[in-house]
Amino acid sequence: MSPLARLLEAALFAASRPLTVEDLLTLEPQAGESVVRAALREIRDAYAAADHGVELIEIAQGWQFLTRREYAEAIERAQFALRPRRLSPAALETLAIIAYRQPVGRLEVDEIRGVDCGAVIDKLVERGLVEVVTRGEGLGRPLLYGTTPQFLEILGLKDLDELPRLEELSVALRPPPAATAESE
Amino acid sequence: MTNPPLAAPDQNGFVVELEQFSGPLDLLLHLIREDEVDITDLPIAKIADQFLAVINELGLNQAADYLEMAARLLRIKAQLLLPRRVGDDEWEDPRAELVRRLLEYQQIRELVDWLGQAAARRAEQFGRGFAPEPAAAPPAPLVIELNDLLAAAERVIALIPEPMLHRVVPRPLDVEGATARIQTLLAERAQFEWLDVVGARPALVDVLSAFIALLELAKRGSLKLRQDGPFAPIVISREPPRQAA
Repeated sequence: MSPLARLLEAALFAASRPLTVEDLLTLEPQAGESVVRAALREIRDAYAAADHGVELIEIAQGWQFLTRREYAEAIERAQFALRPRRLSPAALETLAIIAYRQPVGRLEVDEIRGVDCGAVIDKLVERGLVEVVTRGEGLGRPLLYGTTPQFLEILGLKDLDELPRLEELSVALRPPPAATAESE
Repeated sequence: MTNPPLAAPDQNGFVVELEQFSGPLDLLLHLIREDEVDITDLPIAKIADQFLAVINELGLNQAADYLEMAARLLRIKAQLLLPRRVGDDEWEDPRAELVRRLLEYQQIRELVDWLGQAAARRAEQFGRGFAPEPAAAPPAPLVIELNDLLAAAERVIALIPEPMLHRVVPRPLDVEGATARIQTLLAERAQFEWLDVVGARPALVDVLSAFIALLELAKRGSLKLRQDGPFAPIVISREPPRQAA
């Protein structure tokens, strides 16, 4: 591997969170983004080709070494690491709404779920999965929520574009609000 | 009865969280699926009756969200029963809004499945230095050695000027005065320290008064006391105003 690839490999090994290309550029500012990206692909391919127990994954707008799936059970049985707690259906519903409607206020989430979601949203904020991104117009300038990089990380997504498109879902649906105007 | 027992409502019948349904829309969707009826042509009378039966059976009839939905269903049912002129263009199906919400909710449920699977797949891979999220644990109880405690007591006492033995009438504790002083400090600053309350070389009665006043104010919830470790400075801060329940 190239010297840059080795440097990045070391940094990625040392970090316990996904590192973005921007993060990695601080190691070697004159390298340039495309060179860093090429080096990242070089590491990923090297690990894949040499059949390692870990792999370099593109996740949460960054890159991270993760153990291969097939070892999950063994690692967990030995209690070297634990799977994170699973999210409740209520939490997932709320996350789904926030992910697709962001920035979105509490009232709208409540309205879609048909239940008061205040406590659920607070929990998601606490877990770092959603955060207040801005304030809305209108009465009281309500807080509007959006998803965080941590949200992408726990789902193993590169970015929000990897979420399924609404039109790909089997349940077809007209675009929601403002649809009240049509009256047929 | 086919319904498995669910999170037991407590004695007031107030339901904190249900494991079975994540909300009235979820329950409604469940009924619709069970009956295999068409959402867009909802047999509202039938579904409303079933909904009421289920919330009665589950003791949900005091959960506001479910009650609200029950009321909505009954209103739609009533609206549908009202006679209307044939060919009335103005007439809007009272079910339309509910159907729209159900479809939207159904879409969310589908996303929930997708997100749940993505999270489960991600959980099969571990990163370096994986740490399970810390449970929201209460702060650890203060561990303290008797000797440390005595040493601390001595340190505090050392700050107190030698008592003058000839003074016959000691000043009585002045808790009210100390309370007033602390409240003044609280009004001025969001956070301050023990030494700000008693000053550099306090008299014994002042230490005691201030300490009692602090504990009393903390108990009333007017302020928060924090000490980061044994013998670390005591930090006094304003209690954030509590929201009305």
